[in-house]
Amino acid sequence: MSTIVRGIVSTALVVACGTAAFWWGTDGFSAYTAEAARRADILRAPRPVPTVELEDQDGRRFRLDDYRGRLLAVEFIYTRCMTVCRSLGVAFRQIRDAVPPESLGRDFALLSISFDPERDDPASLKAYGRNFGADGEHWRLARVRDAAELTALLDAFGVVVIPDRFGGFEHNAAIHLVGRDGRLVEISDLDQPLAFAGKVREKL
Amino acid sequence: MRTGGRRRHLACAAGALYLLLATPPARAWLEATMSGHMLVQIPVLAALGFVACRLLPERTQDTLLEWAGGVVPCVLLATFASSYWMLPRALDDALASAAVEAAKFVSLPVLVGLPLALAWHRLGTIGRGFVWTNFFSMLAVLGWLYIAAPVRVCNSYLVDQQESAGWLMVQLAVLMFLGWLGSLFVGGKGGAAASAQMSQQGGSAADTDAARE
Repeated sequence: MSTIVRGIVSTALVVACGTAAFWWGTDGFSAYTAEAARRADILRAPRPVPTVELEDQDGRRFRLDDYRGRLLAVEFIYTRCMTVCRSLGVAFRQIRDAVPPESLGRDFALLSISFDPERDDPASLKAYGRNFGADGEHWRLARVRDAAELTALLDAFGVVVIPDRFGGFEHNAAIHLVGRDGRLVEISDLDQPLAFAGKVREKL
Repeated sequence: MRTGGRRRHLACAAGALYLLLATPPARAWLEATMSGHMLVQIPVLAALGFVACRLLPERTQDTLLEWAGGVVPCVLLATFASSYWMLPRALDDALASAAVEAAKFVSLPVLVGLPLALAWHRLGTIGRGFVWTNFFSMLAVLGWLYIAAPVRVCNSYLVDQQESAGWLMVQLAVLMFLGWLGSLFVGGKGGAAASAQMSQQGGSAADTDAARE
């Protein structure tokens, strides 16, 4: 009898602990992938991003915290990218066109950051921007020249970049919103630019 | 005496393999691809726990099983722990954090291999069938998810790796299922006789089981 009781207690304990471990490990059965976890985590606790030095498509140097006080949409790209970055570019244009024009530059800006500073010099950034209709002012394209700063920036945004077999990169693509206080407040899917623009309009 | 020596050799080999797997080059090599990570490193770690448990004296195994509350909690524990390491997020986390990586190296032998080995020789055909079919279906469903997923489930792995790991999982599940099914038919009477013989021999049955894993 006591072995049966022991078996039942032990089974209940295993089920309880196992379920608790899954609950804890998936943020309450909601985030089964690291990407979902990253987004949920940002929503719960907006994360400060490092103030790195960037160089834009015209060779101008600036810092990320120059955008303090404005909302900033950030995407991570490399200009030779033929797949997901193209969707990012299109999504960014849709966002730019969907927010009130008077807010552009004053209260809202867009920034495409290249994680391939070796090859993405200002000229290729400029060509890439022209393809998607970036004006180079309200929507700038930039690279982070310092490797350590780039790593810190990608880490803070939770962007993982891995080289593929064809000389390109694979990366988790999303649209990031940095708040006026310089914290990363939201990460959106790139196939929902209008929902993202709606959120920006709410915050303007 | 001879079996004692053999056990010692096996224990040394298992320990050496475990330490080898834990070295940074071996980890980097196996974890470079999703298939290597999910379908080689993780199963081998669990299998090492199984083998290690089998090397314990019979009496210790029985005491442990009794202490754990019998076969059901052991199988459940192994199912929970192995499912956890099938989460895409767990794979990413293990690559990103040393603590999670260490947890993986400890939990797979201790929480998957060991309880499974404790329960295994007490399980009948139906019990083993349950464990096997549960495992096959989990592998196949997960593999199919990886193939069909419209998104990259692991930030650390390329999409084509995800797809190839998915196909490997589906193929493995089908092959292992067919093998298991075949063993049921072919092994029918002979299998029963063999298992009766094995239970008489005790220790060597354990080794056969361990080898089968």
